[in-house]
Parts: sequence; C-alpha cells; structure tokens
Amino acid sequence: MRHLLSAADLDRDAAVHVLDVAEEMAATQRRVVKKLPTLRGRTVVNLFFEDSTRTRTSFEAAAKRLSADVINFSAKGSSVSKGESLKDTALTLEAMGADAVVVRHGSSGAPHRLAHAGWTRGAVVNAGDGTHEHPTQALLDAYTMRRHLRGGTGDLAGAKVVVVGDVLHSRVARSNVLLLHTLGAHVTLVAPPTLLPVGVEAWPCETSHDLDATLLRGEPDAVMMLRVQAERMDASKGSFFPSAREYSRRYGLGRERLGMLPDDTIVMHPGPMNRGLEISAEAADSVRSTIVEQVGNGVAVRMAVLYLLLAGELPGGDA
Amino acid sequence: MKTLIQNVTVGGGQTDLLLADGVVAAVGPGLSADDATVLDATGLRALPGLVDLHTHLREPGREDAETVESGTRSAARGGYTSVFAMANTLPVADTAGVVEQVQRLGEEAGWVDVRPVGAVTVGLAGQQLAELGAMADSRAAVRVFSDDGHCVSDAVLMRRALEYVKAFDGVIAQHAEEPRLTEGAQMNEGTVSAVLGLRGWPSVAEEAVIARDVLLADHVGSRLHVCHLSTRGSVEIVRWAKQRGVQVTAEVTPHHLLLTDELVRGYDPVYKVNPPLRTQADVEAVREGLADGTIDIVATDHAPHPVEAKDCEWSAAAMGMTGLETALSVVQHTMVDTGLMGWDTLVDRMSSAPARIGRLAGHGLPLEVGNPANLVLVDPAARWTVDPAAMATAGRNSPFRGMELPGKVVATFLRGRPTVLDSELVTP
Repeated sequence: MRHLLSAADLDRDAAVHVLDVAEEMAATQRRVVKKLPTLRGRTVVNLFFEDSTRTRTSFEAAAKRLSADVINFSAKGSSVSKGESLKDTALTLEAMGADAVVVRHGSSGAPHRLAHAGWTRGAVVNAGDGTHEHPTQALLDAYTMRRHLRGGTGDLAGAKVVVVGDVLHSRVARSNVLLLHTLGAHVTLVAPPTLLPVGVEAWPCETSHDLDATLLRGEPDAVMMLRVQAERMDASKGSFFPSAREYSRRYGLGRERLGMLPDDTIVMHPGPMNRGLEISAEAADSVRSTIVEQVGNGVAVRMAVLYLLLAGELPGGDA
Repeated sequence: MKTLIQNVTVGGGQTDLLLADGVVAAVGPGLSADDATVLDATGLRALPGLVDLHTHLREPGREDAETVESGTRSAARGGYTSVFAMANTLPVADTAGVVEQVQRLGEEAGWVDVRPVGAVTVGLAGQQLAELGAMADSRAAVRVFSDDGHCVSDAVLMRRALEYVKAFDGVIAQHAEEPRLTEGAQMNEGTVSAVLGLRGWPSVAEEAVIARDVLLADHVGSRLHVCHLSTRGSVEIVRWAKQRGVQVTAEVTPHHLLLTDELVRGYDPVYKVNPPLRTQADVEAVREGLADGTIDIVATDHAPHPVEAKDCEWSAAAMGMTGLETALSVVQHTMVDTGLMGWDTLVDRMSSAPARIGRLAGHGLPLEVGNPANLVLVDPAARWTVDPAAMATAGRNSPFRGMELPGKVVATFLRGRPTVLDSELVTP
C-alpha cells in the first residue's frame, strides 16, 4: 500500500500489523534514547492547510524519532494564502524531494486527490480531511482500546464501542466506524437525527438517538465522546440542536451517565474537548478517561504508519 | 450551393435528399442534380439539426473558458444547428444590449444559429426583474428567460416573471434549487456523500421548487420550463403537473441519463456538476420520463471551464461538464440502443421539442421539401472513444473521457451549407 487515505484502506491483517508495529515503536519510546535511525535520509512534509497543533506536532515527533528530515508547511503566511493551489504546492514539495506528505485539509478528499492526480510521487498520509476521515486518529483510538479492553489481549473482536455526538461533522467517527468494524468490534453511533448524516444506514454500525437506553442496554467497553463542532454549525447553516443545555442533557457525558457504565468501561475523546457540553470535567478527568493517553499513543501509531509506508511494508492494494 | 445526399435513412426508409438554396429541395429515391456535390450516405441516418435549449457559451466575460466561436464550433461538431446561450455571462445577459451582442457574435461565427437566453432578474441576483420586454423586443427576440446557475427562489418574483412573459409568449426556465437546502452542498445527498464526508445536496431541494413552480404556473396560466431535472421525485411531480394540464416542460441532460454519484468516490472534480449526479434509481426514472414524454427534451447544460478550475481539490472545483459533442452519442447509448425509444422520438427530444419550447423558427422541422436544410448525418453503427483534447470546445471537462460511445456525427448542414463534413469542421 502506497498511501493511507482512509481507514477503509486497511484490511484486518494490515490494521493489526500497524497496531503491532506501534506497540514495538512505543517500546522504543520508553528508552532513554528515543530516536531510531530507520528513516534517515528520508523527507517527510507536514502539509497543513488547517490549524492543528496537536496532530501536526504528533506527526512531527513521530517522523523525527525515526530520524526523518521534517518540513512543516502551513497554509497561513505561505504562498497558499497568496492564492497558490493545492496542485502547485504539491508540485513544489515534489521538487524538494518529499518522500511522504502528511496532509491536513479542510476539503474532504483533498489527500485522495493529492495521491491520485499525479502531483506527487511521495506517500500521502491523510491527517484529517474536511468532514471525511482521520485514519491515524482511528488507529490511535484502536491502539488505546487494545491496551485497555479484553485484558489487554489486543483482540477487539466483539468489543462494544459507543460513539456519541456530532457524527455528521466528524472525520474521527467515520474512520473509527470503518476501522473498528474491520477489527471485529460492534459500534453504535448515538446522536440527534440532525447530527447523523443521511446515508448512515449503509455504514457498518448501529445508530440510536437515545444515549441512556444505549448505555443501559449495551454495557459498552468504550464510550467515545465527539466534539460538538460549533464552527461548522453557525446560524447560516441551520440549527442542529435547540441549545447547548438541551444537547448536554440529552447527549452529554456527566456524572449520572458515568455512574451507569460498567466498572471497566473506558471514556475516550479525540480532543479538543468542550468541557461542560459533550463531556463534564468529572468524566474527562476520571480514572476511566484515556483522553491524555490517546494523545501519547498517537506518536507511536504515527511512527508505525510512516515507517511502514516508507519502508513499503504495509500490506494491501494501492490505495 | 447544392448538395445531393444519396442513400440516406430518413425515418424508417432509405432515400435521397437534395439541398439547394438553403432548403430541402427534393426528397425521394434516385434523385439527380448535375451541379450538386454528391454525398454517398449509405449507412447514415439524417435527422433535423439538433437544438440545444441550454448551452453556456461564456462570452462575454469568460473567454478563457469558452467563446461563442469555440462553443458553436463544438455545437456543429455535435450535430447542432442552433443553441440557446445561457445568460450567466459577464456582464450578465440581462439587457437588450448584451443579448444583441451574443446574437451578433453567433452570426459572425456562423457555425450554428445562436439564440440568447435572457436573465430573469438583474444580475441573476434574484431581487428585481430584468427588462424582459426589452430583451424580447430586441433584435435577439428573446423568448427564453433563465437565471440558470441560480434559482429564482422568491415565490412572488417567480410569479411575477411567469405572468410578465405571457405578454410576448416567453417561457421561464427555472434552475430548481432551494438555496437554503443546498448551502455548501457538494454532491448528491445519500450513502455516497455520507461515506465521502461531502455535504449532501438533497433531492428535495430540487423537488420542492419544481412543486412550487408548477403550482405557480398553473395559477397564473403561464409557461414554465424546468432546467436539468435530475431526480425520480422531480419526474413524478412533472408527470402529475402535466396530467393536471399545467403548461410545464422539462429537460434532462445526457450526463444525468448515464452517470451516477458512485463516480464521485474518486473525488475527481470532472464529476462535479449542478444539479449533482444522482443515484441509479434516479437515472432509471429520468430515462423512463424521457421515453414517455414526461421529460420533453434533452439539453446539454454544456458548461466548459478552464483546466485549472477542475485540476484541483473537489471543494475548490467549479461545477459543470461539457456536453455538446457527446450528447447525441450518449442519448443513442442510453435511450435508443437500450430500446427505450426510437430515432423519431430522439428527433423530437433533441430537435423539434426544444425548438418549439424556445419558439425558434426554421429549426426542428421534418426533412420535407421547402423546410430549411438544417440537418445532421449520423452513423449509428460507428463507435468512438471520447477524447476531450480532440474536441472543438475550449473546455476539457468531459465526464465521458475515455468512454467508448456509439453514433458518430458525420456531417452537419446549416441552411444547406455544410459546417461539418467527414466529422471535421468546414470553415464557413
């Protein structure tokens, strides 16, 4: 496989392979000297058309710990703000000899276009595109689940995961549904009807509008709260729910719902959080919460992805 | 100039056609004329020249995308003898001056007859009626008015427009798209948009406007034409309206007869179009509607763009596809070769009916003695592979590129003068 554009690019063997390699990468990060010589002489470009300090830093750390040369290219203050197109930016980076391009873009499908329009020969990694996908986030979420669920056996088959909130605008939800299904987990999406996309019935998951009923009935192994993406919900685009208070009551994770969960259920969130809206401080900071751990796991997972793509050792078709 | 076309199929039988002095001078087997250019048309079929009620020629203002010259060359190559040029130019064709300019550019080019479409509202802004009467009274004699690219979404303004054009037998061609329901929309709303994370463009945004407009047209007793209808629900609404006696006509594009939203999965902007490519069920419904006459015509919505407008990421790309040089082949492929309709019906949908709706004299008429010699010769048995680089249009954004299609335009005649011979343009 040359690129990682979607969680659907990974079949079960490939996904498990990435997660296993991530375990190995994580082990190296517990050493005093964290740096590996694996990608010495290779160039990784972080091409970020949207602000995302968290994801960019994570990819940067991953590439540097593999000894790759890293170029950070952000749209702000660059030629992009002067009107340069994605194509011309890509051609420039190609001329500079990028072996891998990690791209974050506000337009769904931009990484796909970059990979397939002949603008670059490097491996393209989707670091989040519009409301489409964020496959390395799904991988780090799965990695986190593997460490906590099923006694840490690494097998997510049959695990029950509830994903709650703004599915419509969430690239994290899309990638998680695809990857968790591939790994054999059962996913239930819970959201008001206005925040579930038309066509969601074709996704490999269940859906519900009732969070309490889902939590009571399902005994989930993991509850993943999604950020309410208020920036995509301004008044001109219509009202997706009546008020923050009503949303929080119906779909937020607070003390009462936390108490409904089995003792070993973990609470996840891709961040950044709207504390008090989709998740209370009590839930976010509870012992069940893996939210901070998810961030740390991101580096190991991204090291694995960059290593496997650039070493040509990721099985699968030419995505 | 005289041309004798021998052994050509017209309707159900083989015959000869003599074109002289711009008209069909004789029809029948075994014709001869000493001073005529003789064309052996064995295996070819003669149709009245095609008429496109919905073409974007881009001039004035966007000559980087297309000019009247390049667009009408493309039309001739596609077998057309007349096109209606949409009003979304720069400046907008919302005054007598601009429509006369477009008309004059068409005459100077000389490839097909160009009839300008006038804007319904000033600047296509949907706020104030344009000077519809002045455009109707101008030398361009506008009869079709459209804000295409934008919907006349204000119900009162739409009612007034429908009422006003009755004074000169005009028709309002509506781009049916409820703007609030399509804010930021990128593709058809459904299972594919859900996977791709592209904001969906619901069918109901089109259907709601058509439903409203047929009721308005019924209420005021005026002529409504529905542009590029694309959904099963839209077909059902138009069918109901026609049964009720509403003066409504509708068009479908060749691409909506063939392509579906599944093609968007590769995020290639060549498939980005307004209205968006719909589902297979919608494709089947519009084919059925075209065959049974619910949909009156095929119109290309030929929308050329410069390369950079499509060679980019999906959300940044312009909407639209070229279509003049592929329309006849796509309709043969989807409708005739599938047995859904015969050649006579194709002639109605691509020539006679659009001329009738646009009140266009001299086009869309049967190949009978005395009628203007506007015709196309097509080889139904030929197959060809679509190569946008070889097209006459300045646009390269054909969704049919690389596709093998049946039917080849061999010759086109405008008032007896060949504009295309041996599938190549003939300089006027």
